[in-house]
Amino acid sequence: MTNHWNDVQHADAILIMGSNPAENHPISFKWVNEARSKRGAKLIVVDPRFTRSAATADIYARLRPGTDIAFLGAMISYAIDKNRINEEYVRNYTDAAYLVNPDFQGPVDLDGAFSGLTGAKYDKATWSYQMDENGIPKMDPTLQDPMCVFQLLKKHYARYTLKKASEITGCDVKALEAVCDAYTSTFKPELSGTIMYAMGTTQHTYGSQNVRAFAVIQLLLGNIGVAGGGINALRGESNVQGSTDHGALFHILTGYLKYPKANQPTLAVYNEQNTPKNNDPKSLNWWGNTPKYMASLMKAWWRDADLETAYGYLPKVDDGKNYSYLPIFSAMANGDVKGMFAWGMNPAVGAPSSKMIRRALAQLDWMVCIDLWETETSAFWQKEAGVDPASIKTEVFLLPAASSVEKEGSISNSGRWCQWRYKAIDPVGHAEDDLWIINQIVTRTKALYAKEGGAFPDPIANLTWNYSKGGMDPRINSPQPREVAKEINGYFIVEKEIEDKVKKEIKKFKPGDMVPSFAMLQDDGSTVCGCWVYCGSVSDTENKMMKRDPADPTGLGVFPNWSWSWPVNRRIVYNRASVNAEGKPYAKDKPVLWWSGLKKVWVGDIPDGNGDPDAILPFIMVPHGRGMLFAAGMSDGPFPEHYEPLESAVRNTFSSKQVSPVIMRWDEKAKEKTCNPIIAEGCIAATFGSEEIKDFPIICSTYRVVEHWQTGQMTRWLPWLAEMVPNQFMEISEELAKEKGIVNGQKVRITSARNVEGIEVQAMVTKRLKPFTIQGKTHHMVGITWHFGYKGLVTGGNANDLTPFIGDPNTMIPEYKAFLVNVEKA
Amino acid sequence: MAEFIKLIDVTKCTGCRGCQVACKQWNGLPAEQTRFFGSLQNPKDLSYDTWTLIRFDELEKDGQLKWVMRHDACMHCDWPACAKACPSPGALTKTEEGAVVHNTKYCIGCKACIAACPFDIPRNNPELEKMAKCTLCYDRITEGKQPACVTACPTGCLTFGTKDEMIEKAHKRAEKVGGTVYPNNPKYETHVLYVLPAGVGASDLQHTNPNPSMPLSVLLWKNLFKPFTLIGIGAVAGGAFLHYLTKGPHKVHEKKEGGE
Amino acid sequence: MDITRRGFLKIAGGTLAAAGFGTGVGIKPAFAMPRKIQYAQEVPTICPYCGVGCGIIAHVRNGKVINTEGDPDHPISKGALCPKGGSLYQIANNDKRNKKVLYRAPGADAWKEVEWDWALEKITANLKKTRDEGFKLTNANGEVVNRCESIAAIGGAALDNEEVYALTKMNRALGLVYVEHQARI
Repeated sequence: MTNHWNDVQHADAILIMGSNPAENHPISFKWVNEARSKRGAKLIVVDPRFTRSAATADIYARLRPGTDIAFLGAMISYAIDKNRINEEYVRNYTDAAYLVNPDFQGPVDLDGAFSGLTGAKYDKATWSYQMDENGIPKMDPTLQDPMCVFQLLKKHYARYTLKKASEITGCDVKALEAVCDAYTSTFKPELSGTIMYAMGTTQHTYGSQNVRAFAVIQLLLGNIGVAGGGINALRGESNVQGSTDHGALFHILTGYLKYPKANQPTLAVYNEQNTPKNNDPKSLNWWGNTPKYMASLMKAWWRDADLETAYGYLPKVDDGKNYSYLPIFSAMANGDVKGMFAWGMNPAVGAPSSKMIRRALAQLDWMVCIDLWETETSAFWQKEAGVDPASIKTEVFLLPAASSVEKEGSISNSGRWCQWRYKAIDPVGHAEDDLWIINQIVTRTKALYAKEGGAFPDPIANLTWNYSKGGMDPRINSPQPREVAKEINGYFIVEKEIEDKVKKEIKKFKPGDMVPSFAMLQDDGSTVCGCWVYCGSVSDTENKMMKRDPADPTGLGVFPNWSWSWPVNRRIVYNRASVNAEGKPYAKDKPVLWWSGLKKVWVGDIPDGNGDPDAILPFIMVPHGRGMLFAAGMSDGPFPEHYEPLESAVRNTFSSKQVSPVIMRWDEKAKEKTCNPIIAEGCIAATFGSEEIKDFPIICSTYRVVEHWQTGQMTRWLPWLAEMVPNQFMEISEELAKEKGIVNGQKVRITSARNVEGIEVQAMVTKRLKPFTIQGKTHHMVGITWHFGYKGLVTGGNANDLTPFIGDPNTMIPEYKAFLVNVEKA
Repeated sequence: MAEFIKLIDVTKCTGCRGCQVACKQWNGLPAEQTRFFGSLQNPKDLSYDTWTLIRFDELEKDGQLKWVMRHDACMHCDWPACAKACPSPGALTKTEEGAVVHNTKYCIGCKACIAACPFDIPRNNPELEKMAKCTLCYDRITEGKQPACVTACPTGCLTFGTKDEMIEKAHKRAEKVGGTVYPNNPKYETHVLYVLPAGVGASDLQHTNPNPSMPLSVLLWKNLFKPFTLIGIGAVAGGAFLHYLTKGPHKVHEKKEGGE
Repeated sequence: MDITRRGFLKIAGGTLAAAGFGTGVGIKPAFAMPRKIQYAQEVPTICPYCGVGCGIIAHVRNGKVINTEGDPDHPISKGALCPKGGSLYQIANNDKRNKKVLYRAPGADAWKEVEWDWALEKITANLKKTRDEGFKLTNANGEVVNRCESIAAIGGAALDNEEVYALTKMNRALGLVYVEHQARI
């Protein structure tokens, strides 16, 4: 979230699209309803299903799963046509006026593709701005130049008319127009609209572009950086924000530092290639600090090694190779991955084509699962999984983990609040907290390498690991989360004098002093910092994540002394975009911050960057300082373009590119049988025009309900939750039920190209689903939760035994939200 | 102590069922063995172990779909038929706060309350031969806390406050949304009030009683027979007699919907 | 009568939280409470389910969680909880929880209960063997890569920040590149 949960109360319009917060983030409705009752905000819900979020909405619009860009493209087009854009904001704070490379071409010219497409990959050379002699992007402040971003955007979305969007999405034109009207009304500087999205947006083969479409809308309407605005990703797990901040993904280190590649052999080369350059004196170009954050991280991990040696310890990934979730399992199916740790994760239910995933797990030599209950993953070898245990050679460990009330530590919510949890009781039975387990593995592995030697032992032997009071003996070693928190924040390891440019004074630090802010981190190895965005969370005197002062000095629900929010306790990021060139807030009744001309200081939230009003551009994380309508960093195009899901029975009428041209196609390998049989069976897809599609005419989408969570691993074992939703069920329209002779509550079988035996679930015949009419044809849809498997107090058909093995080209997130199935009475 | 009312603004309910679990949690009620029967509503009905239930109704009127989720629990009648009918002193008490509270210690399992209730709320456990229902979290409200369900509610659907304040709030809200207040019978007051959405009447929903009143049988029982039974024929027999008398007055609206 | 959201002592204001740094927790016994939670310790925690981050108070008596309910002081949730957060009590009190270290030998059809020491020794031996056998110093282009592609580590979103940070540090020190978690799916 660029904003935070309480801030939703300041919205004048709330667009819930690709999320269902009434079910998956229920407490957010406190602030949704606050905005409605206090500001008269309109609640707009766009969803293929009439959900519990839709139940109390002011405007509800249905769309066919996977057609978000067609829908949002129409909204962009509507805003431009009706001149519902915040002109001052667009001109000053976005890249609308920048001139793009004259050789750039888009889908209008190139039949659905952008310039540079060769095979399944884009050469992005033409996706660039024209630079002046000082290396600053050239601009046309009148926004009239045909190569300026605004004109290119206008041209691109001119094709996305309401009528065309209606034909593709299946959304009634009137409803579509009502949504566009209500939401774009927030273009007025004093009004703001918020977008709440989640996996309904991202789980598509163009999921990142769905998010980009939101970004374009919010920038055009001037809704980023302001109270009641923003692009707000609703995180599904309690600390998925924090685990991402702390680099638990293959392509990043902590604090979103780019992961080092094999062709970046030294830290110097890494810094050279990953530190963006900028010549505009008004742009802070925050990533220009990359060398400081990287040096501090290296010192946090290998204190006694010099920076280059420490960098050399980091494993390097091959340039262009993807090591994400789906490739892990395809490598596992191929026998290349032989061991796996699963920390509170359940891919046997949660991963796409999970039947294939379970077959891949059987290729492992060993697996260690760390969890609170027995999961389908830890039990993939059991008879309930439909396999013969004797045939599975994998050695499996299931380590009992402590629950959240049995340990202490912080977690970060969607709004970036890092909140401390205290230990209430000792872990049950022999359970231990994850930090204890990690610590055991590290200290024992260190001892093992010290004793026996082995492959490249240095990074393990020299790893700085001092979180315990009991020294290195694993039997008495008890790691302290508060010690880890200090390392994450960072501290000085040598004496240092630093000039504070804002206060114009010299600050002196001695070894062990906490680094007060990431502005003080050094690139010379004098500071340690485990995760630069968390720098400032722990001071010499307090752990700010423990703060519980409910005071709200501005009365705007900011709570600056309740927990601590990264970065630097800033509650709304890009907040300099909420004020004009004089530092006056666009919305006077909900000012995020303002410039006090008398005292010459910013008042309100922590400003994004210091300096006088208009001294800096607001989008400090973007090299050029302006919000990007044109996103050259994307793998699949600088503007969102509509494509169909991998499995779709609808022809793409925007271009001949039926699906995104740059997605990784396991299904093609499966069809050509150029892969092993596990992948061939698990990756087959019913693509447009294929043989398979005839057997699977029904659109299916997976989702969650409020009573369960994720794969059910933490809910299907709780009696009260099991009581409320005791079985897997499939929502089906009355129309399709009638056609299929299915009655409410009846058992049905759902099959897909990957699973012709299918899964058995119970039908919920409902008025809340309706068939779509697309290009004159009826398309039916069903929906199922992905909460069920074969372990727990309640069990049921596993939705992911049906889903396709395909990912977004930017993130590799699977396409869980739109695929094809068939449904019959069981 | 003041008199309180729990206000249920159905226009704000998103059916999250936080209240349903909070009730079980606070009152230490076990989960039931349930099965899917075609609706999210589960358990299917109130029970000895389920005092609060969200009921789901899908309605389609003039092409407009309405998905109504309704928090269903004891209405805490101002002149409670259950307590009037109860032959065992101390088993059902109306408190000055307005809560109607049961005490299983004194319950004799006669089911007179079940027969008498105009809203079909009390439930019996046949093994224990005891009744149970929502107590308006009497143990919480008397210590300055809100009922567990109200504390848990995220949407502002459930609120709790003094009687006059809540009555005013209910009517203002109903006016604003074009809905109605239920029950809205000045002769039959309850310490639970609903605001129903525009176009949705109590009779459109499951398990409501659009015209609640004190059953005549209870009046008869209360005024004529009850004084004697405890001395004379004994409470259990008295209860059974009452049960016989009241076979008729069940007027709770049992509406069966497809889907939700 | 005016019902306050919270008829009992505030647990820890800003100053108490500051004092709590590096020491014990600012946990105070409740007073004037319903009998169910009278004299119980109040321990503030945050819900382990979604990313809203609602406040919950765990009431503890004799080393047991006896009640959990929404924290009325919490600025986001103000005491509200959905059914999952409302069920936290059943995580702390649940007879189906993993309470022992379990091991499944190759080909076996059942778990065996084992001791931590035994399991950790075997896990680290497996880890070392697989790492040593599969470790790559260079890639096909001859570039230095120092990586282990034969072990994957998934998960982390259910862990605390301090844990997941330590986990990332461990994974990368071991040379792992197949490092992923819930954010990807």
